Amino acid sequence: MSNVVTEPRPVADSAPLPVSLKQARLPRWSPPVFALVALAAGAGIGLVAGLDSKIQWGLIAALLFIIGTFTIATKVEGARQARDRLATSLVWMAFLLAVLPLASLLWETVDRGRKVLDGYFLTHSMGTLPDAMVGGGINHAITGTLQQVGLATLIAAPIGLLTAIYLVEYGRGKLAKAVTFFVDVMTGIPSIVAGLFVLSVWILILGFGPSGFAGAMALAILMMPVVVRSTEEMLKLVPNELREASLALGVPKWRTILKVVLPTSIGGITTGVMLAIARITGETAPVLLLVWGAKTINNNPFEGAQQSLPLYVYQQWQQGSEASYDRAWAAALVLIAFVMILNLVARGIARWKAPKTGR
Amino acid sequence: MDTSAIPQNPPPTAPAAPSEVSGKAVRPGDRIFLGLSRGSGIALLVIMAAIAAFLTYRSVLAIQGDKANFFTTFEWDPSGAEPKFGIAVLAFGTVVSSIIAMIIAVPVAVGIALFISHYAPRKLAAPLGYVIDLLAAVPSIIYGLWGALFLVPHLSGLYAWLDSYLGWTGIFSYSQGAARSLFTVGILLAIMILPIVTSVSREVFLQVPKMHEEAALALGATRWEVIRMSVLPFGRSGIISASMLGLGRALGETMAVATVLSPSFLIGLSLLDPGGGTFAQNIASKFSEADTFGQDALIASGLVLFVITLLVNGAARLIIARRKEYSGANA
Amino acid sequence: MKLQRKTRVRALAVGALAVSGALALSACGSDDTTGGPGASSAKAANIKCDGKGKLLASGSSAQKNAMDVWVQNYSGACKDTEINYQPTGSGAGVTTFLQGQTAFAGSDSALEPGEVEKSKQLCKTGQGINLPMVGGPVAIGYNVPGVEDLVLDAETLAKIFDSKITKWNDPAIKKLNPSAKLPDLKIQAFHRSDESGTTKNLTEYFKAAAPKDWKHEPDKAWAGKGGQAASGSSGVSSQVKQTAGAISYFELSYAESSQVNTVKLDTGAKEPVEANVDNASKAIAEAKRVGKGNDHAMELAYDTKAEGAYPITLVTYEIACDKGNKKETLPATKSFLTYMASEDGQAALKELGYAPLPTEIAEQVRKTVSTLS
Repeated sequence: MSNVVTEPRPVADSAPLPVSLKQARLPRWSPPVFALVALAAGAGIGLVAGLDSKIQWGLIAALLFIIGTFTIATKVEGARQARDRLATSLVWMAFLLAVLPLASLLWETVDRGRKVLDGYFLTHSMGTLPDAMVGGGINHAITGTLQQVGLATLIAAPIGLLTAIYLVEYGRGKLAKAVTFFVDVMTGIPSIVAGLFVLSVWILILGFGPSGFAGAMALAILMMPVVVRSTEEMLKLVPNELREASLALGVPKWRTILKVVLPTSIGGITTGVMLAIARITGETAPVLLLVWGAKTINNNPFEGAQQSLPLYVYQQWQQGSEASYDRAWAAALVLIAFVMILNLVARGIARWKAPKTGR
Repeated sequence: MDTSAIPQNPPPTAPAAPSEVSGKAVRPGDRIFLGLSRGSGIALLVIMAAIAAFLTYRSVLAIQGDKANFFTTFEWDPSGAEPKFGIAVLAFGTVVSSIIAMIIAVPVAVGIALFISHYAPRKLAAPLGYVIDLLAAVPSIIYGLWGALFLVPHLSGLYAWLDSYLGWTGIFSYSQGAARSLFTVGILLAIMILPIVTSVSREVFLQVPKMHEEAALALGATRWEVIRMSVLPFGRSGIISASMLGLGRALGETMAVATVLSPSFLIGLSLLDPGGGTFAQNIASKFSEADTFGQDALIASGLVLFVITLLVNGAARLIIARRKEYSGANA
Repeated sequence: MKLQRKTRVRALAVGALAVSGALALSACGSDDTTGGPGASSAKAANIKCDGKGKLLASGSSAQKNAMDVWVQNYSGACKDTEINYQPTGSGAGVTTFLQGQTAFAGSDSALEPGEVEKSKQLCKTGQGINLPMVGGPVAIGYNVPGVEDLVLDAETLAKIFDSKITKWNDPAIKKLNPSAKLPDLKIQAFHRSDESGTTKNLTEYFKAAAPKDWKHEPDKAWAGKGGQAASGSSGVSSQVKQTAGAISYFELSYAESSQVNTVKLDTGAKEPVEANVDNASKAIAEAKRVGKGNDHAMELAYDTKAEGAYPITLVTYEIACDKGNKKETLPATKSFLTYMASEDGQAALKELGYAPLPTEIAEQVRKTVSTLS
């Protein structure tokens, strides 16, 4: 096989084959060493030029590294290898560039959040404590978020799931087209608009008071399209051979869907639903309009105002005192942890239950 | 999928009475199930139509009451005696900040995706992918918090630096204010959409047929040449649709923008100086003090955002659909 | 397969643990923060409790801190009533009140004629009235390195906020501060990006005291030229703290909590006036009552030259129906408003950076509150 290598593309130095196989290469340790040198140089230039932003030091170092590697590689290895190295260093740069802010985001949240995060914080509400003072907790917000998100899921998941089944398994013609179109439209709703819609129908026209349930309806509106689209994708991944085999055995279509199609794709569907939950958990605007916000625990989502975690973060940030900033970060940390646990569980389920594809 | 016809001959184990089985699906179970799923489709349609009608109704109220041109006015004053408001600044700010976000995020995201799929050590790749996916789910209010209290104070040095070298262009001139400009918004949005664009692109890169890559390697291609010749062409439409997804999110982002931007209804040439605004940010920051007509005006601007997002989503869907046909997935 | 099952079990366990943990957490929660850190030494104030259940209210964020303390003291005495005040902003507060969602609204500005008309539908037999409950100085905070003491007058301030004066060492500022070491620094004027009563207040002051230099109409939305914006008092005050050369306006309590220097105003009185609680109370005493009957809407004298009266002072109102309040919430509303206007209620404000109402006005408000029905 290997003796058919007849120069795929003309290379600059058309040396005889055996020589090019033994072409000079940079030693394996060169990239990290170059990186260190570039970093040192970047820091040096930064210090000498008196640049106070560390971001600039990093940028200079990155630039030096890329240019340095490229020129040295061109000299030693030739243009093709140099370009390869250039690409490699650019990809590494991209990675570092992205990891830095994201890591900083997580670090800041954890670092500032743990200051007041303890058992007391988790098990107490704000009670009657003024927001400007130290103390209080987020129990009311956790309760509210769990209930609102739970209710929203109970509304949105079945409707979304069935709609997706309709689109994939039955959908033909105008109705399916219209549903697909409107699902797309729905993904673009600004969350405050969904909140306003529920506000005018549920609270202003029908005359109900603010409650966790009202918020849950708005969240459900935001959640449905996400569930539909991810479920749709997952159902499409189920090979047709499975359906045909089942149908050929005379199993009714609905049983085919329930017993063959859904179990095969249940992992992916769960992931989709969980991701949708994670997405609505962070919503602030509709909660503010419909759930009202509160300082005490309300265990009944159908009656009376409630609090929610993102709204709590926002309000504490607005308050603008040291104590409330601390609480905002701690609540943000809890919120992130909550969303991430959900996500991890979802990914886990998806991994074990994923339909076995060729890959 | 021509499976709608139920097989004619029921096998002996079929639970239903054989005599009732005819060519079409008449089993009660089937009918109920179809009814249920079609019903929820219709329910979704009804909700959506109701929202659309509600939005349009209130927008029409607003635009009728607008004494200035809704699309070209550089002002937002719906509560005055002569209500005047327009979306020119908002449209500009939304588009510009999203474009900045895309310019920064897409190459970097493709880079990370390539890093995870082709460059990273095996042991690192899987957890990295995991972490990136997790970051896609971080609520935007937290990005906002981080942006306002951490990112903004750290950017003014960078901006002064940009100003001293590129200030002559006008676009990058910076007059030493707080770094709360459209450019900052663009950077924050870029960071926010990175995880999404990355994870979708990575999925696509992983789907590149191994044969293509191995063929290129066998021809003596370097790693970069493999990527350029087999991975990127295959993934191009996937990257585009991933970017569109990210763009959709950037366009509608509210809280993060509202905490980071210093809004104004003047458009300046400089992207680094504070000013500008976006649709979602304007709705969030004006809503609490708005009277009913002011709300109508904000809803009208929301409708415009809605249409823009719809177009972007539609485009993404078209491209994804094309890719499906091309790659023969689910064949 | 075996391995898979193991991980599955483990993951399910983790999931179950997380869920049950969350549930357990929410089940054993407590509203009682009196034993925790920051609990107040709430004196058992002289509060007459009445009514039961939950009281919803919303509105001005300027009176949020006062409301927090009132609620704390009130619910310490009256365990049957739970008051939920959300600082959504005056506009939203009035809107939700007129929609009948809340028992009363907090607002930085009195009801406008159109809103009074609307309130007649809600109150049936009566109409919405403005009850002034708390005032507060709007401080002008600045951040100029090396300058601890700064005096400005209305003309100079108006020019600064309208981008006509752009450097801290401008002759106009120098003239007012001959001894200060003013740097050659660009002025970064911050205003509120959201609509706000403090903005309206400041611009009313400009309009009244420096009509030549401020041509814009006073409004809740910022109308001045240029400058930068941030949302909320906390937003602008934290910008002033972060940015060298910055100047902005916000309630005094924000200046105190973020430790920002405040400007003394040259009003034409003998001494420049400092932004503090007593000086604000003096300004409120100068104000005229413009509301008729049960309405206590007030008009502040922004161009006052009275000794020690700080002219940029905000009076915030509670808005309720004089007659025709909702039956369920009337007793509690009345009892809560009575406490707010009482001597104890007003005395609780001072340390929070708010100005208590002058005795005479408080007297009248109390009288009106007692007639609410």
